[in-house]
Amino acid sequence: MAELKQTPLNAKHREANAKLVDFSGWEMPIHYGSQLEEHHIVRTDAGMFDVSHMLPVDIKGEGARAFLKRLVANNVDKLQHTGKALYTCMLHEGGGVVDDLIIYFMTESWFRLVVNAGCADKDLAWMETQRDKFAPGLEITPRRDLAMIAVQGPKAAERLWQALPGSEELTRPMKPFTAVLVGQMFVARTGYTGEDGFEIMLPAKAAAFFWQALLEAGVKPCGLGARDTLRLEAGMNLYGQDMDETTTPLESGLAWTVDLKSERDFVGKDSLLRLPLSRQLVGLLLLDKGVLRAHQHVHTKEGEGEITSGSFSPTLNASVALARIPVGVELGDEVEVEIRDKRLKARVVKYPFVRNGKALV
Amino acid sequence: MSIPTDLKYTKSHEWARLEADGTVTVGITHHAQDLLGDMVFVENPTVGRKLSQGEECAVVESVKAASDVYAPIAGEVVAVNGDLEASPEGINKDAYGAWMFKLKPDNAGDLNGLLDAAAYQAHVESEAH
Repeated sequence: MAELKQTPLNAKHREANAKLVDFSGWEMPIHYGSQLEEHHIVRTDAGMFDVSHMLPVDIKGEGARAFLKRLVANNVDKLQHTGKALYTCMLHEGGGVVDDLIIYFMTESWFRLVVNAGCADKDLAWMETQRDKFAPGLEITPRRDLAMIAVQGPKAAERLWQALPGSEELTRPMKPFTAVLVGQMFVARTGYTGEDGFEIMLPAKAAAFFWQALLEAGVKPCGLGARDTLRLEAGMNLYGQDMDETTTPLESGLAWTVDLKSERDFVGKDSLLRLPLSRQLVGLLLLDKGVLRAHQHVHTKEGEGEITSGSFSPTLNASVALARIPVGVELGDEVEVEIRDKRLKARVVKYPFVRNGKALV
Repeated sequence: MSIPTDLKYTKSHEWARLEADGTVTVGITHHAQDLLGDMVFVENPTVGRKLSQGEECAVVESVKAASDVYAPIAGEVVAVNGDLEASPEGINKDAYGAWMFKLKPDNAGDLNGLLDAAAYQAHVESEAH
């Protein structure tokens, strides 16, 4: 097996006795003792995640906006103010999802993208191919020189201000889904937990120092385990599980991120308009006892489906899932999930399941 | 954490203890709960079910994953620990205290075929490599 890649915070994780696992070829902390405690910390106080395995990519040059309007399914024209962020999928011609990403608008000649670790290489290759076709003058620069730390939770802001003196003035007024530059740091009010918080990109060599400052401000390190239960409760898709190259955003609960109204053409648009829509992504709440897991079969009155992400929800103290099932099944309907040799009852519910610490189901 | 020397063990990480009344109490080891992480669900066999040695008979689920529990020896289930239904985290807190079920063994002598603490320790270490 190839050697695992390490983030600039690897030594900090070891210091904190993290349990390290292989995640998309990276050696990452799954937890630092208790995944449940880490989950609750983020819902009630503040936790931090090393997300340096994700890749920031800078798109620079004249015509960056026009290129991105062509490259992704959401409409980059929604980005009109410096620092504004947009969540979107990048599709291939067949309408399948190459990756999901966030795009930050900094200037007309500088947009920053953040893509998934497991997709980084293919994304770069894909973007370069599209660039060569539509905008050969643009520079596409992967920023492996940056580390990324997500500070999340209701107390994320106050603890960040404590850890980073002087940052309050610039970051207090920030609205969700915006970013500002604070010295060498790129601070975004974004996250993957359903809580307030920040995702901060900074030079790799400064990462351990900043992590330590956050620790001293009372921010608890949290692993990818808690990150997964938090994002599932928040109803956020995980690439590779809830959608991939074989599924379109429309059958992945991501229609809200696809702009089909404007005249704009983008890669994959024709397919989205042409393909019949037979499947939908829904939320499930397990009514019987047990735990929903990815790949379990779902039986509905309209036919079979499959759970794409499932877990015990620590906030709800129940099990929830995202599942891809036939269209025609509606909110409130009961379905059956095959768990080992049994069929357990689950209800189709709206998601997110949890937002800002509060249960929504 | 040291492995209690008064128990018997399986390679699949169950522990078993012969009680004074001739029944055998079964649980999963500290090492098993450490691998699985925070427990959120326990499904025990029904009382009266007859188990053969090595049969899948219970499930423990952590936030992370589900794991089967196997009967360390053959016997009939005579009791299950109902407390674990409400508090599966009891296994994380004290794996050797939070028993799962009790068997009336077909043959108590079968316990002699299981691992002792030293052999189980060696097994855990061999799995780590």
